[in-house]
Amino acid sequence: MSQQQAAAVQQQPGTIPHRTAKQRKRRMNLIGWCFLLPSFIGFVLFRFLPIIASFLLSFTKWNLVSGFSGIEFVGLSNFTDLVTDDTFLVSLKNTFLYVIGSVPAIIVIAIVLAVIVNNKIYLKSLSRLMIYMPYIFSMVTVSMVWLSLYSPNYGPINNFLRRLGIENPPGWVTSSKSSLAALVIIGVWSMVGYYMVIFMAGLQNIPASYYEAAEIDGAGSIYQFFKITLPMLSPTTFYVMITCIINSFQVFTAVKIMTEGGPGTSSMVTVYYVYNLAVKYNKIGYACAVSMVLFVLVFLITIFQFKMQKKWVYQE
Amino acid sequence: MSVTNRKRLFKLFLTLIVLALGVTMALPLAWMVSASLKPEADIFVSPIKWIPETLITTNYRDVWNSIIPFDMFYMNTIKVTVISTIGCVIISLLSAYAFARIDFTGKNVIFLLYIATLMFPNTMLLVPRLVIYRFLGIYNTHLALILPGWISTFGTFLLRQYFSSLPGELFEAGRIDGASEFTLFLRIAVPLITAGITAFTVLTFVWSWNDYENPLMFLTNRPLFTIPLGIMEFKGEKNSGIGFIMAGSVLALIPIFTVFVAAQRYFVEGVSTTGIKG
Repeated sequence: MSQQQAAAVQQQPGTIPHRTAKQRKRRMNLIGWCFLLPSFIGFVLFRFLPIIASFLLSFTKWNLVSGFSGIEFVGLSNFTDLVTDDTFLVSLKNTFLYVIGSVPAIIVIAIVLAVIVNNKIYLKSLSRLMIYMPYIFSMVTVSMVWLSLYSPNYGPINNFLRRLGIENPPGWVTSSKSSLAALVIIGVWSMVGYYMVIFMAGLQNIPASYYEAAEIDGAGSIYQFFKITLPMLSPTTFYVMITCIINSFQVFTAVKIMTEGGPGTSSMVTVYYVYNLAVKYNKIGYACAVSMVLFVLVFLITIFQFKMQKKWVYQE
Repeated sequence: MSVTNRKRLFKLFLTLIVLALGVTMALPLAWMVSASLKPEADIFVSPIKWIPETLITTNYRDVWNSIIPFDMFYMNTIKVTVISTIGCVIISLLSAYAFARIDFTGKNVIFLLYIATLMFPNTMLLVPRLVIYRFLGIYNTHLALILPGWISTFGTFLLRQYFSSLPGELFEAGRIDGASEFTLFLRIAVPLITAGITAFTVLTFVWSWNDYENPLMFLTNRPLFTIPLGIMEFKGEKNSGIGFIMAGSVLALIPIFTVFVAAQRYFVEGVSTTGIKG
């Protein structure tokens, strides 16, 4: 209190407080850390520590019932077990199929829609709203609705297909042939609007003069799309690819609600397998090991994309 | 036909295609609303009667009167979402300001650490978090959703971009006038980025409201359930028809839909900004 008063007396209005550079630096450090502290504590507790814990636990055998004293260090055995774990291998295959099925579709549709909605239509904001809407609804509710839509015998989708003359429409989530495809359709449906909005923002950054110049040269819109829009949009495409791939690798909610990995293991994806290991079978260490493998895969794919970036992403 | 007319016709043609697609994408949601207002026997009639022949609202009454405590799930969700969102916005603002406008030792290292963990998908943190929450004693309490909800590395990045875009002279002038850093933050910086703050608030609200994975992992006590978790009970309810489930789904979606329509512009702005790297 008295210090503050003293400072107030010393400080004439409009003058810089008499502090040495070192004092100022120390003061700024203190202030900076005060601003950061709440976020930093939470960051350490809820992001940093879990990552470290996940890494360490992946070398152990542990169930939550046995308490902290029951943690048993098992070296790399979790990882060697993985190699022969059929469910894990199937889950990896399914996750990759899901990513390969959904990411390119999302990106292509989102780009095309963004270009069309951006400048060439009437009722722009209404269209955007309708395409974007599935994204804001919870995956839980969305999955429950789709579960009825997909119903093989009397669901509206198959009713419609039958009316089109398709005699044996797919069994969707009830058939091991189509369960993964059914999930891909929901993934694309719910995410396409979100990425469309991001692409639309990217389109705003392309100077109109490029198109005007092309117009004068007599270039058609298809030519303009491939020679101007796509290359100039590539930084956005790059960003979308990275986030979309990371997100698709995490597909979980729709699987949990609609298929529970089935029929059989036809839609068993890795994150759902991790959930099962931890919650159903109480194998915490093994679940963490599976997480780590998935993380490393996602990480490698992301690094690979950064390496490939030079080949196709437009740099200013 | 003149060139402008042909262009207009083409524009109209594209509009119709996009609208048709938009309508197709909205169909599952329209079906949900339609099914919730029909007697069970009419729901799966082919071809679909989008506008119910016999309109009923009993499904909604049943949802509200059923043994599933929907109002309790609602209250829990509102509580968790509001407290999480407010805390998250305040804490993210403070940290974003520190990263954008204050020079302090360790800033760059910590910023890198924040970026590095962004690569680590959230769902893969669920299991170790389970362990940590038990250790902290917040497992199976609303704090297990609220406290982690306060931390958003994404929000820190997003708001940092907004703070960084403000001209430095503003802050220099304020500092020379002897304003405290907190005054600068509250009186100058925050009011100038309200658009960004609104965008982030709306996004956080929606994500928090819809969150399923965290309640699923960290809540086992039914009186604590939020809507995404509670709505699952509709599926398990033995005597419940599809109309009943759909009525519950509609009720679960109404708040989010309202927020979305009211704040559509900010929503789009928030998503757009995430795509611009800074």
